[in-house]
Amino acid sequence: MAFSFRRKSAIPGFGLALGYTIAYLGLIVLLPLAALVLRAAEVGPSGLYTLVTDPRVLGALRTSFGLALLAAATNAVFGMIVAWVLVRYRFPGRGLVDAAVDLPFALPTAVAGIALAALYAPNGWIGSLFEPYGIKIAFTPLGIYIALVFIGLPFIVRTVQPVIAECDREIEEASATLGANRWQTVFRVVLPPLTPALLTGFALAFARGVGEYGSIIFIAGNIPYISEIAPLLIVIKLEEYDYAGATAIATVMLVVAFAILLAINLVQAWSRRRLGHA
Amino acid sequence: MRISIRNIVKAFEGGLGRPALNGVSLDIRSGELVALLGPSGSGKTTLLRVIAGLEVAQSGTLLFGDEDASDMSVQERKVGFVFQHYALFRHLTVADNIAFGLNVRDRATRPPPAEIRRRVDDLLELVQLASYGKRYPAQLSGGQRQRVALARALAVEPRVLLLDEPFGALDAQVRRDLRRWLRDIHHRTGHTTVFVTHDQEEALELADRVAVLSGGKVEQVGTPDEIYDTPASPFVYRFVGESGSVPVEFRDGRMWLGKYALPIPTDFESSQAGDLFLRPQDVEIVEREAPDAVAARIVGLRRSGATRRAEISIGGVSGPIETVALPQAVLSVGEEVGVRIRKGQFFPRA
Repeated sequence: MAFSFRRKSAIPGFGLALGYTIAYLGLIVLLPLAALVLRAAEVGPSGLYTLVTDPRVLGALRTSFGLALLAAATNAVFGMIVAWVLVRYRFPGRGLVDAAVDLPFALPTAVAGIALAALYAPNGWIGSLFEPYGIKIAFTPLGIYIALVFIGLPFIVRTVQPVIAECDREIEEASATLGANRWQTVFRVVLPPLTPALLTGFALAFARGVGEYGSIIFIAGNIPYISEIAPLLIVIKLEEYDYAGATAIATVMLVVAFAILLAINLVQAWSRRRLGHA
Repeated sequence: MRISIRNIVKAFEGGLGRPALNGVSLDIRSGELVALLGPSGSGKTTLLRVIAGLEVAQSGTLLFGDEDASDMSVQERKVGFVFQHYALFRHLTVADNIAFGLNVRDRATRPPPAEIRRRVDDLLELVQLASYGKRYPAQLSGGQRQRVALARALAVEPRVLLLDEPFGALDAQVRRDLRRWLRDIHHRTGHTTVFVTHDQEEALELADRVAVLSGGKVEQVGTPDEIYDTPASPFVYRFVGESGSVPVEFRDGRMWLGKYALPIPTDFESSQAGDLFLRPQDVEIVEREAPDAVAARIVGLRRSGATRRAEISIGGVSGPIETVALPQAVLSVGEEVGVRIRKGQFFPRA
């Protein structure tokens, strides 16, 4: 049987919509990325290899990806709790808290970065509390981590929230009548159905964290090999007119990010199938 | 397990003044199949949830056997609860759903895995889903899901089985099949079972005894025969079967419907006014001039299963009342006929 694009449907314009989708994706997403890869290809495979295995570049990539993963994982736990509280409990000021979750979306990232740097600097409100114990937050990888947690929170909350709202409370009651205690109910009954949404939020927060620039450069200290992120390194290379180096790092970031997102999507598709969503 | 419910009062926060349960008392014998029957808002589901411990009553006591269960947690009560919308765990297979109550036990009381597997297989057999263990709930039909939910509740060997409108979300044919099948399971397992329904036919057909609830109170408790044949109140009469009523009064030792004396023996001494409640089979359509005939007019005709029904207006005083029309009778809407009222139940007007 030949594959056919034509399907009987109540909604018209399948061909038009599909054509539009492909053209749009091509122009907005794929074309710039193709240009990037082409530009990076100019240096040739061996050139690319030398550029990317440079210890400073490797350090920056490790910082960017490692901390983005760590921050997304942190948010997966705490963002989940925030979403749960916002859906399940009624308390004064709930609307305000709900709105405040979106602030990291709306705030210019530079503003967030300056505010965080001021708070966590050794003489800042929070930084001064940790200073006596020899813990430095701003201008270390820890500072980057905090900025990424700040930036990533709404992604988790906003993807998990509607799914929690849809959750049937009867399954919790069913679990209790079957003798499960509260922890068992949470970990065996409540959380598993939220996994696909949680993974989506995790992927979004992670992707955002990898690409984040504005809020980090103010708090990171930007010390090569330690607290320098890959996007900053790209900017530095650009300022040095080293376009080939910049695109090479960008290409590696692109490939690694794509691989990780693809992996998350596959896990998500698998868990969705298991839940009978497919 | 015998269950004694004493003066349970339960009001919901922000409820409209009247408590959902307003002093309910009920005794459920061990091994009995009891139906809680009532319209929506009568408190039947709330009562079931109070028994399960999913709601906490403000006052009153609940005894499981001789044990006070009022302050027990849901987990301690060891009830099996079946929800109207199944409430299956959709991320677990059918077998894992059924095994859930056993798997969550602590190590000391949890049966070994092989034993759990055996129990699950037995239960799958019992609910006639032997080959469905590896499926997920999303792959089952509504009736199959409800059977899984029942197996899951039975797996923990509950002291009492509670079912909240178990067939409410299913279509008519599946409902009838499951009804018979539940009756059968109850016979075989002998669990004390309480189920909630708003369907009087279901309650009368399935239950050993029926408790009719209205407005947070128990109106009547009795066997299906008692409930249908001798309803304790006009509410029960109207709720448990098709019915109509005509205004009547007692005078001179007879019952009068307007100017007609009805052929119904009475033992009332004093004069009294009230309503005579009638079932369709209590009213017979006869010739206008037949003895004891009351003038009536046919206002509607319809088919109901094996019988034909006529809706009649009696003596110009009653609303439409259902009667059974004989198959051979030629009737037409608007026709003036006579009816003979053979029996009925009198309730004095308050």
